[in-house]
Amino acid sequence: MILFELYLAFLKIGLFSIGGGYVMLPLIQKEIIERHGWLTLAEFVDILAIAEMTPGPIAINSATFIGFRTGGILGAALATAGVVTPSVVLMILAAAFLRRFYENRWVQAAFHGLRPAVIALIISAAVFVARASLTDLASAALGGAVFLLLIFTKLPPVPVLLLAALAGVGLYYLPYF
Amino acid sequence: MDQGLLRHLFITFFKIGATTFGGGYAMIPVIRQEMVSAKNWLTNEEFVDVLAVAQSSPGAVAINSAVFIGYKLAGIPGSFSALLGVVLPSFLIILLVAVFFAQFAQYPAVEAAFAGIRPAIAALIAGAVVKLGKPVLGDSRGILLTSFFLLLSLYFGVHPVFIIILGAVVGMSSSWLSEEKGKGESP
Repeated sequence: MILFELYLAFLKIGLFSIGGGYVMLPLIQKEIIERHGWLTLAEFVDILAIAEMTPGPIAINSATFIGFRTGGILGAALATAGVVTPSVVLMILAAAFLRRFYENRWVQAAFHGLRPAVIALIISAAVFVARASLTDLASAALGGAVFLLLIFTKLPPVPVLLLAALAGVGLYYLPYF
Repeated sequence: MDQGLLRHLFITFFKIGATTFGGGYAMIPVIRQEMVSAKNWLTNEEFVDVLAVAQSSPGAVAINSAVFIGYKLAGIPGSFSALLGVVLPSFLIILLVAVFFAQFAQYPAVEAAFAGIRPAIAALIAGAVVKLGKPVLGDSRGILLTSFFLLLSLYFGVHPVFIIILGAVVGMSSSWLSEEKGKGESP
């Protein structure tokens, strides 16, 4: 039963990808391409490009796309349900635990050490994305301008992204039009 | 259960899901904006704690945070409202792309727009550091620990999960040590 297999394969991918989207990619490659043969490597690269250009977590994007290719709308729904199942179960357990023990001094002590760890991880994500995206003078200037805009104004992220998209069209498309 | 709150959770996370490109860390500033700045549902510190839990568990950080925050605000129905909200936009958009065509990414104008969005995402994440980091980077202990973890992550490529575990261990053992010394300093 391919629908059930889809659910299970994505459940496994969701369960073993700790630490965010990009950790998931080698797992998808192993499960979906090598083990089940539901996708070719070229199709997989297409999906990555699409996942990056559409909103939402890469895990959901790839589950929906691969599920649809393999089992239609129902396949898309089941693959997506599979990839979020571990999050749902574990996060509800964690939230219920913390609701009771958040004030516990050992829990508080743990969070005291966790906060700098989280900040460090976000900084290293920023460095990672910056390395990949600040490739020329224009993109570095754009990144710097957006950073200053965010720090010194109260503009929320979404309008800032729209402005950046317009700037991208102005910088990289109109000059060659 | 308060229907209004559930609807509110759904709509807020739908907005988050619909507007965050690049996944994972790129969603953090948008979630922070909605949860901390716009709605006052969480304090800055509570949000960092949610991120700590969300990052140390399997699954996408955005999905984990949605389920966690939904539960925190409105129990199990809340976690499902938030989950559906954050998942539906990408689900629907990907279905459209898969049904109609997968080639839209190759239009030069679309490519150019994304060439502008990518550096902005780096700036957004860096901006989130400035906002989230304020309480943590306020003393020398926080700065020291953050730099140490950053070094592990950037230069030694240590897996995020180990950095999270190490953070918890450092927090608990430093509290235990200060207690041993009889200082009675609260963790």
